[in-house]
Amino acid sequence: MKNGTNPEADRDQKICLSFNVEGGNFLAAGEASIRLKHTLQHIGYPASLIRRVAVAAYEAEMNIIIHADSGVLKAEVTPEAVTIWAEDKGPGIEDIGLAMQEGYSTAPNYIREMGFGAGMGLPNIKRCADIFEIETHVGVGTKIRIVIFNKQKTN
Amino acid sequence: MEKYCSIFLDETRCTGCTNCIKRCPTEAIRVREGKAKIFPELCINCSECVRICPNRAPVPQADSKEILSNYRYKIALPDPAIFAQFKTKYTPHQILAAIAAVGFDGVYEVARAADEVSVAIREFIADHKGEGPWISSSCPAVVHLIQLRFPTLTEQILPILSPVEIAARRAKEEAALQANIPRQEIGCFYLTPCPAQVAAIRSPYFLEKSNVDGALAISSLYSELRVKLAKLEKQEESPVKATSLGLAWGRIGGQTKAVQADNFLTLDGVFNLLELLEEIELDRFNNNVDFLECQNCQGGCVGGIFTAENPFVARVTLRRMTNKLPAKFEPGHEEKIRQYYREGFYNAEKKVEPYCIMSLDQDISKAIYMVEQSEKILKHLPGLDCGACGSPTCRTLAEDIVRGLASETDCMFILREKVQSLAEQMLSLALKVPPVTVVQRQIMKTQQEVLELAKRIPPPLARREPKKED
Ligand SMILES: Nc1ncnc2c1ncn2[C@@H]1O[C@H](COP(=O)(O)OP(=O)(O)OP(=O)(O)O)[C@@H](O)[C@H]1O
Ligand code: SF4
Ligand code: SF4
Ligand SMILES: [Mg+2]
Repeated sequence: MKNGTNPEADRDQKICLSFNVEGGNFLAAGEASIRLKHTLQHIGYPASLIRRVAVAAYEAEMNIIIHADSGVLKAEVTPEAVTIWAEDKGPGIEDIGLAMQEGYSTAPNYIREMGFGAGMGLPNIKRCADIFEIETHVGVGTKIRIVIFNKQKTN
Repeated sequence: MEKYCSIFLDETRCTGCTNCIKRCPTEAIRVREGKAKIFPELCINCSECVRICPNRAPVPQADSKEILSNYRYKIALPDPAIFAQFKTKYTPHQILAAIAAVGFDGVYEVARAADEVSVAIREFIADHKGEGPWISSSCPAVVHLIQLRFPTLTEQILPILSPVEIAARRAKEEAALQANIPRQEIGCFYLTPCPAQVAAIRSPYFLEKSNVDGALAISSLYSELRVKLAKLEKQEESPVKATSLGLAWGRIGGQTKAVQADNFLTLDGVFNLLELLEEIELDRFNNNVDFLECQNCQGGCVGGIFTAENPFVARVTLRRMTNKLPAKFEPGHEEKIRQYYREGFYNAEKKVEPYCIMSLDQDISKAIYMVEQSEKILKHLPGLDCGACGSPTCRTLAEDIVRGLASETDCMFILREKVQSLAEQMLSLALKVPPVTVVQRQIMKTQQEVLELAKRIPPPLARREPKKED
């Protein structure tokens, strides 16, 4: 440490987490989102906010597991906001308008039997997010960006 | 919020074997300097450490019988689980008579209050249709677990007082009226199946102050009760006033049956709870469930650490016993309870707040910095979760280090690396000055031996790749 510098001053005001998500691996379902949730608990984020982040991250993580081949879930946490990116290599979404509708799902039967595929994921993410962006290319993959602001920020 | 922990760790019995730290569902225990220590604010009084410790070092606490002498008129509040402790040899009426005979002036069955609370819960759920799932709140370990680990679910805890609190209120009303005794001279004592209830009486989560004046472990009265039962005259009994449904609260599923919930789920065992609550918190659980009966102990309260009978046997005993009791109230009684419910008699007086002890610092920026530091430290740790450092996992050790509660060299593998590199440094320094005297030669020999030994401390085995992370 340099002389005279205040360690508090140049510390990072953010933390970045990144998780690989494997398509089709239902055994690992939710691992990344739960990790993210625990991190937010350690940071002391307000409970209501943690729930929105956890639900949005979980749905995004599950969409990669259910619909794509592989992907990453990344999160950046600052005192002001949590930003989540879910990026995958996979089939992409043909009609985003349809996909955003509640109850629309292309999930096959065996997925529905596991309790997924109600067509609620993307609408749920939108509901939880302050900013929601989706970019998709058929045959290439899908990118989602979610921002949730910490409005109750203290100090 | 002052939180009472009802597990005392007897250091003289603890060998530091680390069995308990890995078992504790809230990671509330550390072994430091060879002895286990409980962080009271993290302990939910689930009794898992009591169950697993080979040396009976964690001792669950309750009041001793001496506390009775502080009151002129003493009332026992027996938990329904107590009726399952004597096989089916005695009727519940005889058991009630025996309880009175061990030193109480009166007995008020907690099961009777459970009858009332069941109706209140049913009404509450009907009034709040679609806002569920409502999580049962009579098991204090469950409530604390939610406050601590699932803070976003605190809003879904049923805000209805537990049967023992209602029992104490009713018992005092009744005694004040019938025996004409001033209230402050009446003492109500819960005969409790577990230490979690003891903690809930000392630091209540729904009330400023509990109506219950003390809690005695069922196990502490067990032999005395057996003796009294054996000596009872055949006809000597005190009629049970609760219905079979109130009594059923003593086992898992009983509450659900009494509440008559249509869409419900029952769940026992703290580790099952951890899994399910995680799913609920992720909204994965939209199965239209209105009522979730959650019990920390396997089998429900009959599985509490203060019970004597094997929980599986106890469950059967309780079922057989309740089959012989009426399941219905006397006419008009239920309407009266509903009236009380509407007047708010059963309502929690304060909200169960999330318990934010998990956060590393009050200041969010500082906490973020600390989390980042702990992630960095974690990358250096072997990832074996061996527990030898005294923290339950490598991740918790990393957090303990940033909290200033541990140091990196508590990890055996880090220690080995440090010792080895120090030994190497010493030797290379020594080699720079050729040994002349006998003493110097001796020092160098010792240094060489230290290095050899340091190399023989086991290497960090397979350093596990951090899962799923880049
Ligand atoms: N990452 C993705 N890659 C390809 N297609 C996707 C992806 N995410 C969503 N989709 C498409 O959009 C549809 C709607 O997604 P949404 O998450 O709302 O519902 P679901 O995943 O089918 O069901 P649920 O989320 O309720 O389990 C999906 O059925 C799928 O066709
Ligand atoms: S299990 Fe825990 S309390 Fe019991 S001896 Fe081992 S370290 Fe000590
Ligand atoms: S009682 Fe439960 S929560 Fe408390 S220290 Fe023991 S295992 Fe941990
Ligand atoms: Mg989905």
